[in-house]
Amino acid sequence: MNRYPLWKYLLILAVLIPSFLYALPNVYGTDPALEIKAPQGTAAPSPAQVESLLQQARIPYLQVRQGGGEIRARFPDAESQASAQVLLRQRLPAQTEVALASLSAAPGWLQALGAKPVNLGLDLRGGVYLLLQVQTEVAINRAVDRYVDELRVFMREKGIQYLRVEREGAQALRIKLNDQAALDAAGREFGERYPELALLPERTPDGLFLRVTLTDAEKERLRKFAVEQGIITIRNRIDQLGVSEPVIQRQGIDRIAVQLPGVQDTARAKQIIGSTAQLEFKMVDEEHDVAAAVGGSVPAGDALYYGRDGQPYLLKTHTVLTGEFISDAGSGIDQQTGQAIVNVSFDGRGTRIFSRLTTENVGKRMAILLDDKVITAPVINEPITGGRAQINGFADTQEAHSVAIMLRAGALPAPVAVVEERSVGPSLGQDSIEQGINSIIIGMLVVLAFMTFYYRLFGLVANLALALNVVLIIAALSLLGATLTLPGMAGIVLTVGMAVDANVLIYERIREELRNGMSPRAAVDAGFERAMTTIIDSNITTLIAGLVLFQFGTGPVRGFAVVLSIGILTSMFTAVMVSRAVIQFVMGRRRLQKLYI
Amino acid sequence: MEFFKGSTQIRFMDRRVHFAILSAILVLGSLVALFTKGLNLGIDFTGGTLIEVRYQQAASVSQVREALARNGFGDAVVQTFGSPQDVLIRLPGGSQASSTALSARVSAALQQTPGGQGLEIRRVEFVGPHVGQELATQGLLALLLVILGILIYVSIRFEWRFAVGSIVALLHDPILILGFFSVSGMEFSVTTLAALLAVMGYSINDTVVIFDRIREYLVQQRNKSVVEVLDMSVNSTLSRTIMTSLTTLLVVLALLFFGGPVIQPFAVTLVIGIIVGTYSSIFIASPVTLWLGLKREHVLKTKLIRAGDREDGARI
Repeated sequence: MNRYPLWKYLLILAVLIPSFLYALPNVYGTDPALEIKAPQGTAAPSPAQVESLLQQARIPYLQVRQGGGEIRARFPDAESQASAQVLLRQRLPAQTEVALASLSAAPGWLQALGAKPVNLGLDLRGGVYLLLQVQTEVAINRAVDRYVDELRVFMREKGIQYLRVEREGAQALRIKLNDQAALDAAGREFGERYPELALLPERTPDGLFLRVTLTDAEKERLRKFAVEQGIITIRNRIDQLGVSEPVIQRQGIDRIAVQLPGVQDTARAKQIIGSTAQLEFKMVDEEHDVAAAVGGSVPAGDALYYGRDGQPYLLKTHTVLTGEFISDAGSGIDQQTGQAIVNVSFDGRGTRIFSRLTTENVGKRMAILLDDKVITAPVINEPITGGRAQINGFADTQEAHSVAIMLRAGALPAPVAVVEERSVGPSLGQDSIEQGINSIIIGMLVVLAFMTFYYRLFGLVANLALALNVVLIIAALSLLGATLTLPGMAGIVLTVGMAVDANVLIYERIREELRNGMSPRAAVDAGFERAMTTIIDSNITTLIAGLVLFQFGTGPVRGFAVVLSIGILTSMFTAVMVSRAVIQFVMGRRRLQKLYI
Repeated sequence: MEFFKGSTQIRFMDRRVHFAILSAILVLGSLVALFTKGLNLGIDFTGGTLIEVRYQQAASVSQVREALARNGFGDAVVQTFGSPQDVLIRLPGGSQASSTALSARVSAALQQTPGGQGLEIRRVEFVGPHVGQELATQGLLALLLVILGILIYVSIRFEWRFAVGSIVALLHDPILILGFFSVSGMEFSVTTLAALLAVMGYSINDTVVIFDRIREYLVQQRNKSVVEVLDMSVNSTLSRTIMTSLTTLLVVLALLFFGGPVIQPFAVTLVIGIIVGTYSSIFIASPVTLWLGLKREHVLKTKLIRAGDREDGARI
């Protein structure tokens, strides 16, 4: 037949066939969908029930199907998906999760092969990206705070005589001790019980002190824990938001990157994720006058706080209980008053603290603060010993619901600050993807026409290689689960332009060899072989740029680097191996007088 | 069809001093612009908030600006973006976590402008100042690493004179592009930086193709001087250089005209980059190797070591 080895043809087929399969789901695209899931132990709605609800409301849908413990409903467009979400949230039992999703529209057999469409970046499908910085130093400050009380109790237990325990800066404590014996005892006992503390005895004219700080290892552990706990907490909160494919990743030392595809209500998402949800219970100071305090004379040990409507409260600065002891929270409606409420349950330790607190303070008011704002300050009517409390004073059920989510998801160990936020509306995403695809198609058509015109028959071969190259890039992106962003699309366009380079190098070389008087077949062989080192050298240098970009880039830059690097590799394969195979196949064993190049 | 029937005989190297002067003027001009005027850095680098809104009908930039100024956003930069309906608002600085409130306030302010009732917030980007700083240092580091990587690769595969020549050509391109951004006042963002690095990849690609031919001809064409070999090499790769630049340019132009406004600075960078990159690989890279004293022996020696080519070795 021809002189090109059979195994190379087989290799090409072995690459191309799976590539086509894995690129194929992108032709089908995705449907906007909802995933409906009921928590374990509760009655799950049936697909028929969901269907009848949708029919009643005249919301168009494609398919409602049970799959993997949840119901998946597909919709023809994002609009019906959104209105269906609102409807189902209202009509299905309150604990049912109704999450936005996008499901592959490819036929079942293709999905069974694991073939998925390319992941679209937030800039193409709309959504929110947040980069959160965990303020890890605050976690350390808080830990030092906790030691103030704990060391006092410990020294009392051990009979160590001390005068006072005081804070020294944000991250250190100073204990004033009675005498040298007490200092020695404290050093010894602390060393045994608290290996995570660094101790430094100090002798000053004021007396004997023991300076207590956290060891570097302990600080490091706390920082790490704050970020890890932050990720878990944020994940919990996002689950409550109803996003089906969120990405939550640690980035760098103390940052967390969050991607919420398809989310439109940015403000709500950020409120729930980014809020520190520092829940505290503080006693109201009823002996002093609030008005006087507002006027400027705040009594010692007190501080002024404000409610959400701006009304002032005079509270004891001491926090009697924090949100970390809360085991569950849920919103509801008070049967008697019809007001929105939040029901809170405490864990074992929280129950003990709360029961002692309410027993000692019957008749007094206790303020509940969320992020230093007073939510409500109810009077303690009776001791609450069962570990369940009710918070009221919410403007509406929506607000009560948000607060319940934050309580349930747990307080963050350290506050997080949003250091970067990008949100793209769905309409912009849609526009971008249309424009991106248009520019790829137009660019490709121009190149295809130009190559055919310039290299004739060989141009067609180059065009085939070029088309395969795009298929390979898309297959590789789908298979790697890489995310296609707008710059990534630009990367495809750029690679389309550059991909012909290898073919151009080869063809120009063939023309040269023909001019030098070589026979057609020898010219083809020489062209491919001579151009090879050039192709490798020039592509590897570009690849270096691509890899560096990938290593250092974040987000969109990285997306671009991935496409560029993949494109270089696939274009080498298609331009060198595939083109040659096709040319050899067409030439066959015939004696050629002339090449159409 | 062929651009050049047969092979061209253009004597590129005769004009090398002229092009070097031209490039030196351009590079100097760019540097002066960069140091005096600086770059219009996007919020990716400086931190701040960017809000893109779409009006139902054509929007009036001056009225948007007034409405914002009335609401305490006197320092907002307002411009249309893509179409007359789309308005881009840039707010400098911006404290942490306030962007939601900020975009709500901006949205409320815009409600007061004519046609503001039906506006849609299409995009909100907020970058903290600290993040922007890190990004800038990372970008610079990436730039250095790309240069270093290429320097090492070209030194190993060719010879140090070629490596330096390619780096000079390589630096030449981004400096001119940055100069263009500085003079035109176009916004420089992270995507532009990505495009800049891609241009460097493209430019070096072009240069290496020519260098490859120089290496080949220095060994093959023993009766020609080095200058003649350089001319021959540029000439014989010329149709390839033009062809590839043309196809890439055509596609990038498609990106510029049909890719949408978000991608426009990216496309502009690539368009300039391809033109400048092609120029520098012909008129800058090769002459630099010449000025560095490139001789036939340099290539022969490396050939000897690389390929163990005894025949060549015997001639030295």
